[in-house]
Amino acid sequence: MAFLDEQGQKNLAGRHRKARLFSLLCALVTWSSVLMLLVLLIRITMDGIGWLDLHFLTSFPSRFPEKAGLKSALVGTLWVILLVAVVSIPVGVSAALYLEEFSKRGRLGTLIEVNIANLAGVPSIVYGILGLAIFVRFFALERSLISGALTMSLLILPVIIIASREAIKTVPMSIRYAALSLGATRWQTTWHHVLPSAFPGIMTGVILALSRAIGETAPLILIGAASFVAFLPKNLMDSFTALPIQIFSWASRPQVEFQHLAAAGIIVLLAVLLLMNATAIYIRNKTEKRLK
Amino acid sequence: MMATTDRVDAATEKKKATEAVLELQDVSVLYSGKPAVKKVSCTIWRNRITSIIGPSGCGKSTLLRSLNRMNDFVDGVTIEGSIQFAGQNLYGSDVDPVEVRRRIGMVFQKPNPFPKSIYNNISWGPGINGYSGSMDELVERSLQQAALWDEVKDRLKDSALNLSGGQQQRLCIARALAMEPQVLLMDEPCSALDPISTAHIEDLLFELQSRYTIVIVTHNMQQAARVSDYTAFMEMGHLVEFGETDQIFTRPEKKRTEEYVTGRFG
Amino acid sequence: MTNPIANSAATFSIRKGGIRWGEATIKLWLRICTTLSLVTTVAIVVLLLGESLGFFRAVSPAEFFLGTRWIPLIKPSSYGVLPLVWGTTVITVGAAIIAIPLGLASAIYLSEYASDRMRAWIKPILELLAGIPTVVYGYFALTFITPLLRHFIPAIQVFNALSAAIVVGIMILPTIATLSDNALRAVPVSLRQAAYAVGATSYEVTTRVVVPAGLSGVMASFLLAVSRAIGETMAVTLAAGQTPNLNLSLLESIETMTAYIVQISLGDTPSGSIAYQTLFAVAMVLFIITLTINIVSQWILGRFREVYD
Repeated sequence: MAFLDEQGQKNLAGRHRKARLFSLLCALVTWSSVLMLLVLLIRITMDGIGWLDLHFLTSFPSRFPEKAGLKSALVGTLWVILLVAVVSIPVGVSAALYLEEFSKRGRLGTLIEVNIANLAGVPSIVYGILGLAIFVRFFALERSLISGALTMSLLILPVIIIASREAIKTVPMSIRYAALSLGATRWQTTWHHVLPSAFPGIMTGVILALSRAIGETAPLILIGAASFVAFLPKNLMDSFTALPIQIFSWASRPQVEFQHLAAAGIIVLLAVLLLMNATAIYIRNKTEKRLK
Repeated sequence: MMATTDRVDAATEKKKATEAVLELQDVSVLYSGKPAVKKVSCTIWRNRITSIIGPSGCGKSTLLRSLNRMNDFVDGVTIEGSIQFAGQNLYGSDVDPVEVRRRIGMVFQKPNPFPKSIYNNISWGPGINGYSGSMDELVERSLQQAALWDEVKDRLKDSALNLSGGQQQRLCIARALAMEPQVLLMDEPCSALDPISTAHIEDLLFELQSRYTIVIVTHNMQQAARVSDYTAFMEMGHLVEFGETDQIFTRPEKKRTEEYVTGRFG
Repeated sequence: MTNPIANSAATFSIRKGGIRWGEATIKLWLRICTTLSLVTTVAIVVLLLGESLGFFRAVSPAEFFLGTRWIPLIKPSSYGVLPLVWGTTVITVGAAIIAIPLGLASAIYLSEYASDRMRAWIKPILELLAGIPTVVYGYFALTFITPLLRHFIPAIQVFNALSAAIVVGIMILPTIATLSDNALRAVPVSLRQAAYAVGATSYEVTTRVVVPAGLSGVMASFLLAVSRAIGETMAVTLAAGQTPNLNLSLLESIETMTAYIVQISLGDTPSGSIAYQTLFAVAMVLFIITLTINIVSQWILGRFREVYD
């Protein structure tokens, strides 16, 4: 065998060396990403932990860094998320149900599917511009909580629809047939059997979508969420601020103290996100165990 | 297992005239223009068991599904000919398929209980259809009829998914019976089960025989011979022969029928 | 729902009893929710086009698309959008140079080399990286990356393109890693086994069999990541600053399309003025670019999806 001769043997050793180096390289790269995350988290914690205290969480922003706090931003974010959830979950899940359960596969269905996929990829700042034109200007809702919430709802709607559809698809057809054969209407089948089964998957998707919404800054800037709000919004038409806006505002200031405030704000933001993601992962794991 | 004398008595009962529940006239079912069932005409008699036999792909399941309009859910299906259900056109333009399915129930090949409790599996169908009587009694009656009551009476709140395959299928039968259907359609109900569960269900069918009209698709000829009153033999979408089971299996009129029932093909 | 006496004639009707109102209303609601997505797209297109047309009445398209100076706010104004597009391009390309090789390498590691236990750790970490809000990355660039770079390149400015490119690269790396990992895992084991069976090393199997087999998914992930980088706003605003120019220098401040849009909305530009309308014109360019890339990426996924059976 010509290619198993001495030259071939030397080549083989070289090829093996190359393979080992390659796998080492790939491992290194991957673990560097992990390292990067650690560096990011550690650095930010170091920067901000000193400034994170009860006073910080319960004070309004101020020109003086020592007095400044996160209260209005935290409350603003909570309000926005609540409103976004109330609006986007029913609409998004309804659209997903219609596309999966009620509509016939056809050209229109494909068009809507492509459309939703595209909307999911539109930069968030464009949604901000849309919100500005439609909610703030056209519907004259001003730079208010409701404008912000509606804009963010539009932003995460495609994500919710896509995630919900995936969850609904995992419900086996046999369950639907069983229900329909007992003389149930399509909606009865959907409401009593498909939705309950798909619910954990939908919940996971919704939580992940909401956690995206929490971190989005650009759309809120566009619709005019203020960055210096020293009061709590009392109704839907009040102006407001949110965590990422506050962080951005502090980070943009040159003084070192404000950098620390930004870091402290980031810690709070990441903590909220971590909580939400952990909940989503917990739900997902529990469902997977149940199905096994 | 029934004794021979019981069987003879039952046979005499069967000879008594009964009315037609479903009348099929030149029924064809096409999937996107391609015919799966071609011009089938036959009658389903009340309180009798009719079995549909034939080799794989002959269209028996398609025909069965057209009897409770489950084919409506497949894209591109067209039905030709007429199916009369108790004197009404099953596919009439003013007919509500939901009403049809309330009265013609189905048991599927693979047991498909809801991921709910045993009790709720049975009670759900009647519940959404506005049943106002005692649900507990209905659940017990249905489980008794499906020969499952003794095995589950102490654990009605348990998940149905914890039951064995044979038990799940009997649960599905009980679930369908809870709707008190005019006709019960069964699509190869034993093909996913072990022989013992199969035997249980065949015994069950004997019990149900005089009270329900049953149409059962089966690829197990011996099952058809044991259990049914009438047999329809299909091949390649055509109804080759239809008649009383005894006659089909002992004195078939068509050569093809004889070849099939003697096991020469299929 | 009682069963009539077994042998009597049926006394029921299977006719429709009337419209099921509840069912019909619910279906209508579901339909409305679904059409909302179409309405949103139409609204975006109509809005951007409409306002841009207004802008193009005052500024010629030639000046906009071919001009090389972007000075919309001070007189004498100049409305050439190329510097903004250039800014976005510089940062995107820089981010891609970082993220594509590293992301692909991570994907290869995850799908070909890592044990299940390691996957169980790394995948959530990548998801975490992907979930970190962009404003955090902006802060990180400003307070960590730029000072760090200064150690090595003293000439670097506070706002610079390199920092932004690095941080955007880190941001889109998880997208490439997870999507490419999915694409590579979808390649059947039998293909790998066939290659190993003729005596190939893991490097050769990976680079000559697995990656080419999963290429459409891998390329789609690249395009998606690039599209995200282009639309990225906060990190570049914080890190790269707001100086539109056509320089190649990575050490200086540069402005992207997105950063400009932020700048305008934070400012006091009166609505209705030309300067305000630039917001929509720039957004339109941004929208068209990202939409095109997304459509191409979907097309690649659809057209070249490998059929393994």
